Amino acid sequence: MHSIYNFVSGPLAWLAFILFIGGCLYRLISLMVLVHRKEKFIYSYMSLKYSLRSIFRWSTPFATENMRRHPALTIVAFAFHICLILTPLFLLAHVTLIEESWNLSWWTLPEGLAEIMTLIVVAACVFFLVRRLVNPEVRYVTSVSDYILLAIVAAPFITGFLVYYQWFGYQTLLILHILSGEVMLVAIPFTRLSHMLFAPLTRAYMGSEFGGVRHARDW
Amino acid sequence: MTEAAVKEEKKITDEGLEVGVQNLTAERIQKVINRVLKGESGARLKAYVDTCVHCGLCSEACHYYLSHDKDPQYSPVGKVKQTLWKMLKARGNVSADFIKRASEIASTECNACKRCAMYCPFGIDIAYMMLTVRRICHLLGVTPLYIQDTAHSHAVTMNQMWIKDDEWIDTLQWQEEEAQAEIPTLRIPLEREGADIMYSVIGPEPKFQAQLLYQAAVIMDVAGVDWTMPATPGWDNSDMAMYTGDNEIMGRVKRAHFETAARLRVNRIVMGECGHAFRSVYDMGNRWLGWRMPPIPIVHAIDFYYELIQNKKITITEKFKEPVTLHDPCNVIRGGGLAEKARYVVNAICEELIEMHPNREHNYCCCAGGGVINCGPPYKMTRMDGNRIKAEQLFAAKSRGAKILIAPCHNCHSGLEDINHHYGLGYEIKFISDILYEVMDKPA
Amino acid sequence: MLTRIEWDWEPGSREIANIGQWQKKFNWIEEPYVSPNGERIAAIVNLAEGEFNVCVNGEAWETVFDKIWHLRFAPDGRLAAFVSEMGEWTVAVDGSAWEHKFGYVWDMMFSPDGKNIAVAVQQDMKYSMALNDVVWAETFSNMTNPTLSPDGSRTAAAVQVVDFSEGQIHKFQEGVFTAALDGKTWDAQFVNVWRTAISADSQNLAAEVRLDLYDYTIAVNGTPWPQTFDCVWEPIIHPQNGAVIAPVRTNGKWFLAQDGQILWDRKFVQLWHPMVSPNGHTLAAIVAPKYGRWTMAVDGRPWRVTFKDLLTDAVFSPDGKRVAAVAKNDARWLMVVDGAVWQNTFDRVWQPIFSPTGETVAAKIERNGKYSLAVNDRIWHQAFDAIWNPVFSPEGDKILLRTLQDDIYTRHVLPIEEILR
Repeated sequence: MHSIYNFVSGPLAWLAFILFIGGCLYRLISLMVLVHRKEKFIYSYMSLKYSLRSIFRWSTPFATENMRRHPALTIVAFAFHICLILTPLFLLAHVTLIEESWNLSWWTLPEGLAEIMTLIVVAACVFFLVRRLVNPEVRYVTSVSDYILLAIVAAPFITGFLVYYQWFGYQTLLILHILSGEVMLVAIPFTRLSHMLFAPLTRAYMGSEFGGVRHARDW
Repeated sequence: MTEAAVKEEKKITDEGLEVGVQNLTAERIQKVINRVLKGESGARLKAYVDTCVHCGLCSEACHYYLSHDKDPQYSPVGKVKQTLWKMLKARGNVSADFIKRASEIASTECNACKRCAMYCPFGIDIAYMMLTVRRICHLLGVTPLYIQDTAHSHAVTMNQMWIKDDEWIDTLQWQEEEAQAEIPTLRIPLEREGADIMYSVIGPEPKFQAQLLYQAAVIMDVAGVDWTMPATPGWDNSDMAMYTGDNEIMGRVKRAHFETAARLRVNRIVMGECGHAFRSVYDMGNRWLGWRMPPIPIVHAIDFYYELIQNKKITITEKFKEPVTLHDPCNVIRGGGLAEKARYVVNAICEELIEMHPNREHNYCCCAGGGVINCGPPYKMTRMDGNRIKAEQLFAAKSRGAKILIAPCHNCHSGLEDINHHYGLGYEIKFISDILYEVMDKPA
Repeated sequence: MLTRIEWDWEPGSREIANIGQWQKKFNWIEEPYVSPNGERIAAIVNLAEGEFNVCVNGEAWETVFDKIWHLRFAPDGRLAAFVSEMGEWTVAVDGSAWEHKFGYVWDMMFSPDGKNIAVAVQQDMKYSMALNDVVWAETFSNMTNPTLSPDGSRTAAAVQVVDFSEGQIHKFQEGVFTAALDGKTWDAQFVNVWRTAISADSQNLAAEVRLDLYDYTIAVNGTPWPQTFDCVWEPIIHPQNGAVIAPVRTNGKWFLAQDGQILWDRKFVQLWHPMVSPNGHTLAAIVAPKYGRWTMAVDGRPWRVTFKDLLTDAVFSPDGKRVAAVAKNDARWLMVVDGAVWQNTFDRVWQPIFSPTGETVAAKIERNGKYSLAVNDRIWHQAFDAIWNPVFSPEGDKILLRTLQDDIYTRHVLPIEEILR
């Protein structure tokens, strides 16, 4: 058990981070190379002003027509993404680990808050799951991979929550938690979770086309 | 007329598709799909496919989806699923029948209006993906008959309506003569090299709507505009090749257009009230040729009327009395930012503008644009059933008093005529120029 | 007709006509045109409803027509127009109508020496061409892209040889078009035939063709090149060696091809308007080396300077050593000579004109609504309501400038030094 723990928290973690960072860089660079090779014209329409205008607009809750049309989803989606990113970064347990290893530390979330945020992520995943199952327009375009992705995202938070309460099989759960976190990290560049990388780019492009060429709003 | 169309709805037969699929082989399908998806397309398509999280949020942007009781097959992403996703997943190994259905979806169940691009959180351009599907279908020779015929017309005559070189000039001279009955010294100056403006129209104007040329000539004459029209091919700014995916013909037609303007050495090209032509000369055709922006600036009629009214080149004798509502065409509003100028013009010439909702960039599509109406009678009911939501929107504006529907775009105009008739809305549909011509101060 | 050397090249200005005085005689005067030697100014004039004439230096043609359009001076100084009488159209040259009458005439073309006038004609919805009042024996149900051979002896066009109705897309795709030289068609038919080029010796005809909906190539005397491309543009035929040269598109890029083989080692985002220098030594074309950047490529090498909007009206100097073109950046029009941009920019500028020795470049320009002349980047101090393209004297030391100011048409002969001073 201990050796498995050492493996997943040691070499495997390194591997996960390398794949995550390397994978992200690879995806971004290869996309840029593709643009360069085949659609260079895109660069000529990119506008910083309109890219930021679009990204900012779409990063503000209820600032777009479609967000206002789906208030529940808007709230859940914003809460989900905020908690998804902030919780692991500012979790006391994670920061402590890093401090132990590298003597680096930063501000951490109060434990109670972190707990709530974790639950928000899990609850949001349930919301997304229900939405996929219930909404015909979502169900129609849902494939098995969408459920798997949802599970990949939910898993580190569910296991993390269980580890925190040390309910059953602490060691096993911890290993599972680390493993699921690593799976998610690696999944980001190589699955549709890559929207984390690409969404700002597609948004910037559409914002530039709408603002700079079409002189229209894109929200 | 409507009854006959209803019967057709049961099973649409389109010779363009039927004969087209007979010539397909598995190898050819695969080769063409891979040529387009791997060869011609690049980062955009890849990013769009990889980024889409299948959230379905684009659905409510689409008038087909809304009009079909939220049938997910009609959602933008639903159409991508039925076409591109399958092609990508199967690496081009799809059947001839699949191609036929893909052509139908891309050509007749999407107007490429880009409303969904404003609803996707990531700004994914689904219209672009549908046009990519049309490109594949074009290269496979599986395009609806009517629009394919129109693309042939573009290829031969450089105009949309098989108008021969002489017929164009003859029509202009005929309209000049007609208008001289009203203003004896009026001219439609042909080939006046060095004029300030080249006025350009779409093929249907000389073919069916010559009165629009007449009205334009009167507006130009009264406003004292230094203008000309070419007596050569290149006069037509319309472009159905753009919508069949025949990019090469699109480029050829646009090259003729811009080089005609450059030959006449005009400062600007002013175009009539057409939307898709604006997209072709301002956005798509110029780009295929390597022009980042049009080499000679393009001014859409809305913008031009705005300029004439604001500069007092045209004055209004008495505003149009009946309450009007205004349809925002996708290609010049979402594609050209002319929403407020359109309102300025309408308010300047009409007593009362009753807005339809939603409006401006968010207006519902006419369901005719994007080449759909050009796919012809077989698909009339596709458009009628596919745009009930437009009828409801127009009905709501009517119930608030609107009597006249202004549609400053040819495709919108024709499409809304059909909607108007099919749903019995009782509007009278006009171009801005119809009203402007009526209310402007003309020499008695 | 006097040759250029015999024109009046005495420096000075000479008033030719006051077209303002014509106003009194006619309902309206259309835009005027001037003869190459500058001695005459002419315009279509309206006498009454359905009564048109041409007024030359104040004198009207003898015949009044129901309608006249497209009045132009031929390079040899003859004045031609399309005229209509009793519902029939034809060409009138210096007031005399051709014997043949047609349903319609258009697309007037002159040979460089002006001796030959070709037009497209339609009679009873059948199309053909006429050269100097001689009509093709064959007629066609449609005809596009009419061309006149370089020596003015032959005419060609893309013609439709199989009837089909609108909507018969598959019949169309079998190929219903071909090219015709003096009305004689090729045996081969194509989906499309566009611009044609006739060789200098008038023996060969090349055309851009589409074999099916996707494969393009160049056909010479009816035989397509064995190579096909994703697209092609207009061919030219080398005046000396007879090679057929055309831009071709492969894998999304444009190349210059000769007799089917790629000629230049570079690819371009766009490449069109190929041209051969008068001495036949140099090839040039308008190109976009990058997306949205335009310039000239001479023997495959693009100029270093590129332009955002447009490059057009490129010309070789008579000795073939220099190239000049008009360019446009945003709203400013520019003159570029051998890759160097003139300092002066213009509201508009017209095609550059080289002096016979190629040393001097002159062009009509527009600034602040007035027109003037620019020579070697120097703007002449006078500006006018209208001017026509400058003409160099045979020695290249003087310029003939034809101007209109306050309705007075004046012919100026300016020593070059005076402008460059």
